[in-house]
Amino acid sequence: MKRLSGFVLFALACIATPFIFPDNYYVTVVGLTIFVNIILAVSLNLLMGYAGQISLGHAAFFGLGAYSSAILTIKYGVNPWAAMAAGALFVLVLSYVLARPILRLKGHYLAMATLGLGIIVHIFFVQADQLTGGPDGISGLPTLSLFGVPIDSDMKWYWVLCSYMLLSVLFSLNIADSRAGRALSAIHGSDIAAETMGINTSKVKSHIFVFSALMASVAGSLFAHQQNFVSPESFSFFFSIELVTMVVLGGLGSTFGAVIGAFLLSILPEVLIVFEDFEVLIFGAILIVIMIFLPEGLFVALRNKATMLLSRRLGES
Amino acid sequence: MRFFKNIITLLSVFSMIFLTGTTMAQAKAKAKPLKIGSILAVTGPASFLGDPELKTLKMYIAEINAKGGINGHKIEFVHYDTKGKAKEAKNFVNRLIKKDKVDIIIGGTTSGNSLAVIDLVQRAKVPFISLAGSIKIVEPVKKWVFKTPHTDKMAAEKIFTDMKKRGIKKVALITGNGGFDKSGRAQCLAMAPKYGIKIVADEQYDNADTDMTTQLTKIRATDAQAILNFGFGKAPAIVAKNIKQLGIKLPVYESHGVASKKFIELAGAAANGIRLPAAALIVADQLPANDPQKKVLLAYKKKFEAKYGPVSTFGGHAYDALFITVDAVKRAGSIDRAKIRDEIEKTHGFVGTGGIFNMSPTDHLGLNLSAFKMIEIQNGNWKLLY
Repeated sequence: MKRLSGFVLFALACIATPFIFPDNYYVTVVGLTIFVNIILAVSLNLLMGYAGQISLGHAAFFGLGAYSSAILTIKYGVNPWAAMAAGALFVLVLSYVLARPILRLKGHYLAMATLGLGIIVHIFFVQADQLTGGPDGISGLPTLSLFGVPIDSDMKWYWVLCSYMLLSVLFSLNIADSRAGRALSAIHGSDIAAETMGINTSKVKSHIFVFSALMASVAGSLFAHQQNFVSPESFSFFFSIELVTMVVLGGLGSTFGAVIGAFLLSILPEVLIVFEDFEVLIFGAILIVIMIFLPEGLFVALRNKATMLLSRRLGES
Repeated sequence: MRFFKNIITLLSVFSMIFLTGTTMAQAKAKAKPLKIGSILAVTGPASFLGDPELKTLKMYIAEINAKGGINGHKIEFVHYDTKGKAKEAKNFVNRLIKKDKVDIIIGGTTSGNSLAVIDLVQRAKVPFISLAGSIKIVEPVKKWVFKTPHTDKMAAEKIFTDMKKRGIKKVALITGNGGFDKSGRAQCLAMAPKYGIKIVADEQYDNADTDMTTQLTKIRATDAQAILNFGFGKAPAIVAKNIKQLGIKLPVYESHGVASKKFIELAGAAANGIRLPAAALIVADQLPANDPQKKVLLAYKKKFEAKYGPVSTFGGHAYDALFITVDAVKRAGSIDRAKIRDEIEKTHGFVGTGGIFNMSPTDHLGLNLSAFKMIEIQNGNWKLLY
């Protein structure tokens, strides 16, 4: 139970927030963006933080999920949940097929391959206008309903995205403490060492790649329904970079690090907007300061500091 | 010591966040002002559209407030820069509606930005006047959505009318990959047969490309009698230059998306001889004295140029949107969103910079083809043809 105490605390905080601040813009509107970003950062962290495989194309899977939902529901009148499942299935097959050749690459080459994937998917969204609506995107997705209840208000979306977000965090925490998680960190340390220990590295890597893509795809479908609109720009290369920044900022390899990173990167632009023209400058300065003084990432560094202080206290007494 | 340093950095970061929170809370409204929200692409690839729009809005809102507001309601202006990104436009409109609680939204510099937020304003029932070109914004008519700039369909029709006059029957089309370009391309392809014009080439480039000679070489190989480039931003200037460099002698047409002095600056001598449809603003002083728009245009031009430099038609779209709003609020006698919307729809005979607006429940733009002038660039300047 102690293992998950952090998670329980986090879940309680998420559930309590809308009751403490009802009808607050930062909770019901910005909160939704934060949740989606947390899901994406956590899923990217599975691949980058645990397995040490960089991906600069994570937004592509997010986008494929979103576009599958948009195209299937609007153009073909498919039930939203079925469309979501179809999108996930498509991403599953695609990521499975791509995983082996792509993950055979290492370092810069892997970064290049994933970057290429992201850009190809983005170009497809922009150019295949018959299907994707081109740069204007697609709007007017049907309302999603759960057990007969239409999810049509910010508050309802809060609960839906909150539950999915908590599930992803729980999933990610559990993976870290499982046989698969240990295999992943072995791969992170050294591919060859992991193989000599009897780990089927290419299988483990491709599994985590598929899992991470699937999580992003479902998040994309939910995002499309919540926004009621998809356009290629939400899934561009820059968004992939933003996701990588979230993971690194919070602390590579830590689930809560990804959560904190996603939270900060989503809330900062909203808060800093009062500075108008200086917004971007201050935003950049904050990121630089964090990375200079806390290079392990905000969350990881603070956690390490706290445990160090604590153990010193206990040692003295 | 190191640890303390880190703590201090963190504390300063967090205190900054909280400080901004409190200043925002203090900026609450006083009496009952009319809250106008705006989302414009002031930076980014469409900045030369968004920048004059913002300047125009700020300038006239300050003037209206100095005169005591509209029927006593001062205008409170909230603006966010979308950088031309649909995602940001969507976030900011959400913010304008749910946090700032504005009464009307003006903006959406680009078609992509405008189309992205239509759904939001429709659901929140907030009147929205778009400053973007695409006809998709007002067709089919959406209850809460209006726009002031001419549509791409009108531009295509105006261009084809002129081609027909010159006896041009075969046209090579070259367009970008932005929302404006794509929508314009679709309109050109749809309208051409009505004017007996055949599109013999249909080339596309990326708006970020720095060279279009490949596409133009292909066009050179066709039997086209004219080149039509439907685009905006810096790409059309590159197209114009490339046409000169390749020694292509065909007449060149551009869309109203380049009706800015910036285009002539960028294209230089290559701009001479290019024809385009545009609002009367850029040729205001060449209009006949009896033109009903002349007075409005010259007044706007004088005011804008005294403060910021050469006018472009884009700032004019913002002027039109603002004063259609002001008139609607005056007539409504209230700042109720629904009443403002009803009055905007009843706009009749409003003389703006874009033309004379006559809106109706079936027409949320209210301009006809006469609002466009055919212009040729001669010696680095606009010349009114008709």
